[in-house]
Amino acid sequence: MEKYLFVALFAPLVGSLFSLLFTAKEKNTITAIVTSALLLLSFVSSLTLLVSIHDGLTLHVKMMDWISAGNLNLPFGFIVDNVSVIMMVTVTLVSTVVNVYSMGYMGHDKGYNRFFTYISAFVFSMLILVMSDNFVGLFIGWEGVGLCSYLLIGFWYEKESASWAGNEAFIMNRVADLGMLMGLFLIYWQFGTFEYDKVFAHVGSLNPAIVTSIGLLLFIGAMGKSAQFPFHTWLADAMEGPTPVSALIHAATMVTAGVYLVIRASALFSLIPEVGHIIATLGAFVAVFAASMALVNRDLKRIIAYSTLSQLGYMFVAAGLGAYWIALFHLMTHAFFKSLLFLGAGNIMHAMDDELDIKKMGGLFGIMPYTATLMAVASVALCGVYPFAGFFSKDMILAAAFNGGNFYIWFALFIGAGMTAFYSFRLIMLVFFGDKVHKKLGFHPHETYPFVLWALLPLGILSTVAGFFEKPFEEFVTEILSKYEITIPHATELGLIFLTSAFVILVIVATIYKYNKGGFSKQLENMPIYLLLKNQYYIPKIYEEVIFKPYYRLSTFAWKQIDVKIIDFIVDLIAKTLYILGQKSRKMQSGNLSDMLRWMVVGIVALLALAIFYRPGM
Amino acid sequence: MITLTHYLVLSGILFSLGIVGVLRRKNLLMLFFSTEILLNAVNIGFTAVSKYYGDLSGQIFSFFIIAIAASEVAVGLGLLVLWYKRSGTVDLDSLQMMKG
Repeated sequence: MEKYLFVALFAPLVGSLFSLLFTAKEKNTITAIVTSALLLLSFVSSLTLLVSIHDGLTLHVKMMDWISAGNLNLPFGFIVDNVSVIMMVTVTLVSTVVNVYSMGYMGHDKGYNRFFTYISAFVFSMLILVMSDNFVGLFIGWEGVGLCSYLLIGFWYEKESASWAGNEAFIMNRVADLGMLMGLFLIYWQFGTFEYDKVFAHVGSLNPAIVTSIGLLLFIGAMGKSAQFPFHTWLADAMEGPTPVSALIHAATMVTAGVYLVIRASALFSLIPEVGHIIATLGAFVAVFAASMALVNRDLKRIIAYSTLSQLGYMFVAAGLGAYWIALFHLMTHAFFKSLLFLGAGNIMHAMDDELDIKKMGGLFGIMPYTATLMAVASVALCGVYPFAGFFSKDMILAAAFNGGNFYIWFALFIGAGMTAFYSFRLIMLVFFGDKVHKKLGFHPHETYPFVLWALLPLGILSTVAGFFEKPFEEFVTEILSKYEITIPHATELGLIFLTSAFVILVIVATIYKYNKGGFSKQLENMPIYLLLKNQYYIPKIYEEVIFKPYYRLSTFAWKQIDVKIIDFIVDLIAKTLYILGQKSRKMQSGNLSDMLRWMVVGIVALLALAIFYRPGM
Repeated sequence: MITLTHYLVLSGILFSLGIVGVLRRKNLLMLFFSTEILLNAVNIGFTAVSKYYGDLSGQIFSFFIIAIAASEVAVGLGLLVLWYKRSGTVDLDSLQMMKG
C-alpha cells in the first residue's frame, strides 16, 4: 500500500519538474498532457488508498529522518487516515479537472508551460500539507501552497495589479503565519515533539490556558490561509490570477487548508470550546459579511470569491462548534461546486474576451448552453437546494448551529443562505438571460472546446449527487473524528430544513422574477448601504490609510534616516579607514631589502615585547 | 670567575652588533657578515646554556646552525657574484625590482 502513497504524493512533483524543463521554451502541449496524466495517476492512487482505508487500514509511513539535532527529531513522516485521504481525493480530483481544463483555457498564453509547472508544484505542496504526520510537515506544505499561490496570482506579472495582488496575498499570509509559527513553538515547548499522535495524546494533561493560546495562535494561521476577517482582502484581489487558479487554489483547496488544520487538530480544539465558540462566531460573521459584499459586486470572479469566503465561514462555524465531520463534508462538496462555478466563469471570460463585468453580458444561454447548465447546477448546489450537494452539507451546519443553542449563529447563517441564493441567481440571470448587452458592446461570444466541457462533467455530476454520500461519509470519517450528536428533536430538525429550503427557494424565485422584469432600478445604486457594500465596507481603504501608508512612511524613514545615514555611514567609514590605511602603508613596500629588514626587526621587537609584557590572566 | 651571565651578555652584545649591521649596512657582503655575527651570537648562547644545564642538545643545535650557515653563505655568495657580474655593484639599493 505504501507505494500508492508515494505515487500519490510524488507524481505531481515529477510532473512539475518535467514541465519545468520547458518553461523557457515555446508552448508545448506535452507539458499539459504529462502533468494531467500524472495528476490523474495521483488521483487514482488516492482513490485506491480511500478504498483500502475504508477496509480498515491506516497508513503511517516514516520516509526518512529529516532533522535530528539535540532533542529535536523530525522525521519525514506521512499519514493516510480517514481525514487526509478525503482531502487527497478531493485535491487530486479537482486539480486533475483543472489541469485538463487549463489545456483549453491557457491555450493561447505564452506562459503555457510555466503554468503547468506551478499547478503541479501546488498540488504536491498541498498533498504534503494534508498527508504530513507532524506540524512541521504541515507548515512546510502550508508555506509551499502559499508560494505557489503567490506565483499563480502574479502569473501575469507584467500586469501591475496582478503582481500587487500576489504580493498582498503573500504578505498577508506571512502576517497570519507568524501566529501559526508561534503556535508551533508553543507546541514544541510544551510537548517536545511535533508529531500529531504524541501531541494529541498528551494535550489533555496540559494547563487549559496554554491549550487555549495554542488553539488561538493556530487559528490565526488558519484565518490567514482561509482569508477570514480581518485577513480577507487578499482573496478578492487574488482573482487577478488565471481563472483555473482561482478554481483550484482560491476556492477548492488551499483556502480550505485553514479548515483542515482545525479539523486535524480537533483533539486540541475540542478541549477548548470557548475558542471554538470564537471560531464559530467569526465564521458566522464572515458568512454574512462576505455574502453581503457579493450582493452588489459587478465583477464575475469577485462575486464567486466572496461566495467562497462566505462558505469558508460556514465551514468554520461547523468546525468551531465541534461538528468536524460536517465541516469536512462541506469542504468536500464546496470544492466540487465552487470549482465548477469558477471554471464556468472561466468559460464565460474566454467567450467574452476577458470581460468581467456581468452587466455587460446577458443572454449568453443561447450561445453557451452547456456552460450555462453546468453553472446553474453549481449555483443550485451552492444555494443548497434539494437534492444537490450543498443542501446536505449546509443544512447540517445550520442544524449544528441550532443544536448548540447558538441561535444568533443559526440566524446569521440563515440570512447568509438567503444572500447566497440572491447573488448566485443575480449572476446567473445577468450573465445568461435578459438583454444581450454584449451585442451592443461588440463582443462575439462562443462556446468553449468540447473537451473542456467534458472535463467539467465529473464536477457537475459530483455537485449533483455528492450529498447522497452523507451517511457513508459520516461513518467513514467519524472513525477518527469525534461524533457529533444532534440532540434537537427530529421534527424540529426537519422543520428547520424545510424553513431554510423554503426561504432559499423563495429568494431564488424572487430573484429570477425580478431580473426577468429588468432588475432593480438605478436609484438603488446611490443608497449609502449600496455604496458601503460596493466599496467592501471601505475596509481596503481603511487598511490603506491605517496600515499601508503609515508603514510606508516608517519604511521611508528607516531607509532615508536610519539605513543611509547611520548604517551605510558606519560601513562606509570602515571601508574608507581601511583604504586610507592601505594608501599610507603602501610606502612600506619599497622593494628595498634594507627597508624590509628594518620592518622585520620592528616586527620582531613588537612580538618580543608582547611575549614579555603580555601576561593573560594577570 | 666567568659565569653563564658573562656568556649571555657577550651573546647579547654580538647579536645587537649583528642587528645594527643588518639595519645600517648597504653593502651586500657586509650584510652577510652581519648575518654570520647574528648566527654566531646565537651559537654562543646555545652552547653556554647547554654547558650550564649539562644537556648536549644545545651544542648539537649549534653544530646544525654552523652547517646551515656555511651552506647559506655558499649559496648567497654564489648569487652575489652573479649579481655583481650582471650589475657591477653589490649595493643593496640596486636591488629594487620588486617595488610595490
